[in-house]
Amino acid sequence: MINEELAVKMVGITKRFPGVIANNNINFEVKRGEIHSLLGENGAGKTTLMNILYGLYAMDKGEIYIYGEKVDIGSPKDAIKLGIGMIHQHFTLVPPFTVTENIILGYEGNNLILKTDEAEKRIMELAEKYGFEVDPRKKVMYLSVGEQQRVEILKALYRGAKILILDEPTSVLTPPETKQLFNILRRMADEGKSVIFISHKLDEVMEISDRITVLRKGKVVSTVSKDETSKRELAKMMVGREVIFLLSRPEVEVGEIVLDVQGLFVLDDRGLTAVKNVYLNVRRGEILGIAGVAGNGQKELAEAIVGVRKALKGKIFVEGKNVTNRPPYELMSMGIGYITEDRVGKGLIIDLTVKENLISKVYSAMTRKLFFLDKDLAERYSKWLIKEFDIVAPSPETPAKTLSGGNLQKLLLARELAIEPTLLVASQPTRGLDVGATEYIRERLLEQKKRGTAILLISEDLEEILGLSDRVAVMYEGEIMGVLPVKDANIEDIGLMMAGAKRLNR
Amino acid sequence: MVLPRLKLEKRPPPTLKMKVAAAIGSIALALLFSSILIVQAGVNPLVGYFHLFYGALGDKLSLTETFVRFCPLALTGVACAIAFLCKFWNIGAEGQLYAGGLAATFFGISFLGAPSYLIIPLMTISGFLGGAFWAFIPAALKTRWKVDEVVTTLLGNWIIYFITGAILYGPWQNPVTKWPESPAISEAAKLPILIPGTRFHLGIVLALIVVLIYLVIYWGTAWGYELKAIGANPEASYSMGIKVERNMVLAAILSGGIAGLAGAFEVNGLNFHMKLDLSHGYGYTGIVIAMLGGLHPVGVALAAFFMAIIVTGTQAMHRVTGVPFPLSEVIQGLSLICLLLGNFLTEYRVRRVVE
Ligand SMILES: Nc1ncnc2c1ncn2[C@@H]1O[C@H](COP(=O)(O)OP(=O)(O)OP(=O)(O)O)[C@@H](O)[C@H]1O
Ligand SMILES: [Mg+2]
Repeated sequence: MINEELAVKMVGITKRFPGVIANNNINFEVKRGEIHSLLGENGAGKTTLMNILYGLYAMDKGEIYIYGEKVDIGSPKDAIKLGIGMIHQHFTLVPPFTVTENIILGYEGNNLILKTDEAEKRIMELAEKYGFEVDPRKKVMYLSVGEQQRVEILKALYRGAKILILDEPTSVLTPPETKQLFNILRRMADEGKSVIFISHKLDEVMEISDRITVLRKGKVVSTVSKDETSKRELAKMMVGREVIFLLSRPEVEVGEIVLDVQGLFVLDDRGLTAVKNVYLNVRRGEILGIAGVAGNGQKELAEAIVGVRKALKGKIFVEGKNVTNRPPYELMSMGIGYITEDRVGKGLIIDLTVKENLISKVYSAMTRKLFFLDKDLAERYSKWLIKEFDIVAPSPETPAKTLSGGNLQKLLLARELAIEPTLLVASQPTRGLDVGATEYIRERLLEQKKRGTAILLISEDLEEILGLSDRVAVMYEGEIMGVLPVKDANIEDIGLMMAGAKRLNR
Repeated sequence: MVLPRLKLEKRPPPTLKMKVAAAIGSIALALLFSSILIVQAGVNPLVGYFHLFYGALGDKLSLTETFVRFCPLALTGVACAIAFLCKFWNIGAEGQLYAGGLAATFFGISFLGAPSYLIIPLMTISGFLGGAFWAFIPAALKTRWKVDEVVTTLLGNWIIYFITGAILYGPWQNPVTKWPESPAISEAAKLPILIPGTRFHLGIVLALIVVLIYLVIYWGTAWGYELKAIGANPEASYSMGIKVERNMVLAAILSGGIAGLAGAFEVNGLNFHMKLDLSHGYGYTGIVIAMLGGLHPVGVALAAFFMAIIVTGTQAMHRVTGVPFPLSEVIQGLSLICLLLGNFLTEYRVRRVVE
């Protein structure tokens, strides 16, 4: 049966959740040797469809055929047996174990005694075949996010995956890592394996896919071949209207300095110096963009500014007040907004409802008469934000954890932007957002700047940095390699600075 | 051959209805399992349970006795629930109850001439403060030096128990009987009896008021919201500006104080002196009650009432049918185990898969 042309055939898939139909009678086919992209707005049902294929959710209706044979996938175990592998956005590796140990862990083909040597040989063979760069003896805790992702892919291949699902794999990768991933995927496809790829980045989708299926509100809009479509058309199919890719940066009179960082040193979780002698400032009505490859100290810098990480040395001033190493509750009451890149772990409280998350920075202002929370006001406030930010949620009382990835991001953004911050520290604000939402959030950030907020924008997306910032700072190995007005910035110079090969004089 | 196979599958997050069903179902299951023991004792379980419930609710006297038990159980239940809400795992309600009892007794036996309107509030407040102090120590250790509160609160139970022993065999030892119990508190210090001819004392009403206060905190206040947020994700709560440590210490103090009230009311509402077996494990049963009630004020009150029925009822059942008294603890334990199972089933469903 293996010579059957269709690797995956999903027919009439329907999946309901309380208050939403996540998948509504979806037909989806993936050919052998094909890279097939799944595209759609936040909450369109992409992850749900793939979770069904991987046996994580039971569908309400529909049929699945793998290589022409009708199957009943009751669990990921069944899926793996059928040759389906899935890479989630959050990895499932055990940090203190080596790459090899992680790959063979829990594999059914194992005997009681692990034959690590044999496994290592097989892993190396696989790695070579598909062009991976991994050290099988290295512990996972010392790997970068991109390397960890490669281990996950190897793990799936080791288990004999012929159909590989990747849910927004590139949202955590640097551009060179993305390129490397694409090379691997191409080789796999050439081998006759099938790849299902989810991403919101249209450039990537146009680069890697053979065919593209677009979902909207739980239904298939259309399946098109890459050669017969364009970025513009895809965006239109997803959103249902034309999307403007150009932003106009409003010229705003900059005001006094809001954030002033002087000679800052910060340690990372491993106790290494992640931020080294950083000086920077942001003024009212200004966006300072921090460009740089992830892991060069941006996260530690942001956390030190908002008070969740200790500064080792140096000073941080907000509106002229020394706030170095002050706790977050003091900083937040000064009107500092913070969009963390770790939305599920540190940003949101996903066990609480959407409403409870939205009010979590303003509830004390909603407290009347001694201690009583004004429930009416909270309700109206959250309904307003749900509408304003187009958050797909059945009601304000929905548990936040049932929201799709992009809608969680919108929840966080809504909460932080609604307080009209004087200073906003925004880390990867549009990660995981669809094109429409990305466009909207970028406009909101520019709007916020017009209203006088000082914004520190940290992003790996150079296009985003160059499109929004007034000035650009480049960070490399914890140091600022230079700060320059965006009109003087050219991509080449910034690229060199990001790689540490060029430094501007301060 | 086609083999059916069972597998677990994650459900959507449980609704309130499902949680209530899980609690009721687990109680039913616990009673069902316990009936095996009743049969073992040579009694028809239906007859046994009839005497249990009749003996706890059947007439005015037994109903008031059930309320007498309800008082310390509701208080320790609320005490545990408040702490658990922000994930401060206070296993020490038992010790805080003793601390409260000791503090209240001190005033009760020291100011023998004081009138009721002075001595009763004094004992109540000192009971609260005694328990609060005993919970404050582990809370401070946790927030200052990250010492695990499960260990410290549990150890605290033993420490206060031995302190109580030392006092009751030492300075407070009853000079007449030489029993390890304090002298009696003054007449004026005793809580008023609200239903003549029974032991239904003022403390029961005060316990209900405490439940009500917890309801208000839980439902309507910013502080209740903060506790829930801290319990669900302390790191996120901290970074968005909630004072995690301060709130946790406050919750611990309130939790300990309420458990301390239970101790005070056991002294001036029921026993009229301090004794070594002041609590019949109420502090530990409080943990079961808090969990069974889902930390929700109404749930906690109902669970406390249910446990009070079991405690009073098993005594009655023992008197009438001879089923051993420790059955009470078996039912308590089984309820908790069944609830854990029930909660699991609200989050996962069992599905049959045909291969
Ligand atoms: N476990 C769940 N319980 C209830 N609703 C859910 C659950 N999982 C998903 N949903 C809902 O189903 C819809 C589709 O969600 P899904 O995660 O598939 O979206 P998506 O296309 O992956 O979006 P994104 O691009 O934002 O990740 C959303 O409205 C979401 O709220
Ligand atoms: Mg998704």
